[in-house]
Amino acid sequence: MAQHKINYTQNGGLPVALTSIDKIVNWGRSNSIWALTYGLACCGIEMMASGASRYDFDRFGTIFRASPRQADVMIVAGTLTKKHAEFIKRLYDQMAEPKWVISMGSCANTGGMFNTYATVQGVDRIIPVDLYLPGCAPRPETLQYGVMLLQKKIRANKASRAQTDKRLM
Amino acid sequence: MRAYKPKDNVQAKAYYTDRFYVSPQVPKSHVESDEVFARDLEAIKAKFDVLDAYIQVGQMVVFINPSDNYKVLELLRDELEYTQLSEMSAIDWLADRGGFEIFYQMLSMNKRKRLRIKMFINKGEAVNSVEKLFRSADWSEREMFDMFGIEANGHPFMKRILMPYDWQGHPLLKTYPLQGDEFAAWYEVDKIYGKEARDIIGPELRDSAKVDRYDSERFARLGHEVPKGTKITGNEPKVVQNYQEEGGVFMVKKFDKKDSVVIDDPQR
Repeated sequence: MAQHKINYTQNGGLPVALTSIDKIVNWGRSNSIWALTYGLACCGIEMMASGASRYDFDRFGTIFRASPRQADVMIVAGTLTKKHAEFIKRLYDQMAEPKWVISMGSCANTGGMFNTYATVQGVDRIIPVDLYLPGCAPRPETLQYGVMLLQKKIRANKASRAQTDKRLM
Repeated sequence: MRAYKPKDNVQAKAYYTDRFYVSPQVPKSHVESDEVFARDLEAIKAKFDVLDAYIQVGQMVVFINPSDNYKVLELLRDELEYTQLSEMSAIDWLADRGGFEIFYQMLSMNKRKRLRIKMFINKGEAVNSVEKLFRSADWSEREMFDMFGIEANGHPFMKRILMPYDWQGHPLLKTYPLQGDEFAAWYEVDKIYGKEARDIIGPELRDSAKVDRYDSERFARLGHEVPKGTKITGNEPKVVQNYQEEGGVFMVKKFDKKDSVVIDDPQR
């Protein structure tokens, strides 16, 4: 037997791992969730804090991108006004499939304290939402937890099947 | 017997009015009590009609005719040293007097005085723009148009400033409901998806205190989550939400709470 006997089934043997397509694709997707920089109000500050060194989103592979065409997840962080509603739809449409939406904070969930004529009462009136984070504003831990739950959600889906496009209607 | 109040125009009544309520007024004093203001008022009176003038909280308030506003402000700026227009807008008196009160808040850094020019216009009337005198009036007059529907003649760009250009209604009118009229309620749906989408998307849920634990479409009970749309009986078992699946995750190290370290020092 050769000196360098390799047990292929063990970790730390050769970099060989046996898995299914689903799992490898979902592993890739769930560990490189690039987020759109979309701070609309004070929740945006918490979102920035989550990306900075203390909470460090980079270790999840979550990197903020300034273009919807490079983003996988849209974190709607803040109050969505009615004037801005058409632009969130436009940005969402520009994101490539598969895509996910996290609604961060009370304002994005339900309109929150802004029970007025100028505020959209929940972003789910405009775009389909995967995850709602409660809080005003949610702490970075909450967003971190939300991203981990989103990773879990991505892993639970079949990656090989052609995903049906998410549309509100 | 309580006085009869017609209820067919409830929208136009901004406030509930109590018969015995007297709204508190800030005390007014005569202009003669301040010699700087007295001289200013003389200078204005020499050229223009002054309907009323008094001092309130150390600031002079002068009522003028709406047609004189440009000339009065020019006089204030060029001759009386009121070089700043710190604020201007309108006050809705439609229900009481059928018009708007427009005010120009002036500041003189040399005299260390503030002065307010006020004028009354009827509904539907326009005012002269003072944008040529004070650049700060540019956005203020646009805001006045946006919020009250009062146009300023001679303004270079008389468009809405805060609300979208295709908005209907003027939100700062006292008759405008806080939660919006029908146009406002459906604005984003109509604009993005069209009117036919109203039935699918549904009306806005405006009751911010509404919590229904038996509604699994919109609400979840923490620790007892069920799939969306499940009928809730109230005896849902406790569900522990883990970060990772039981079987572990491919190529990702299993998170073990026992191995994790709790950092007590916040200044680490």
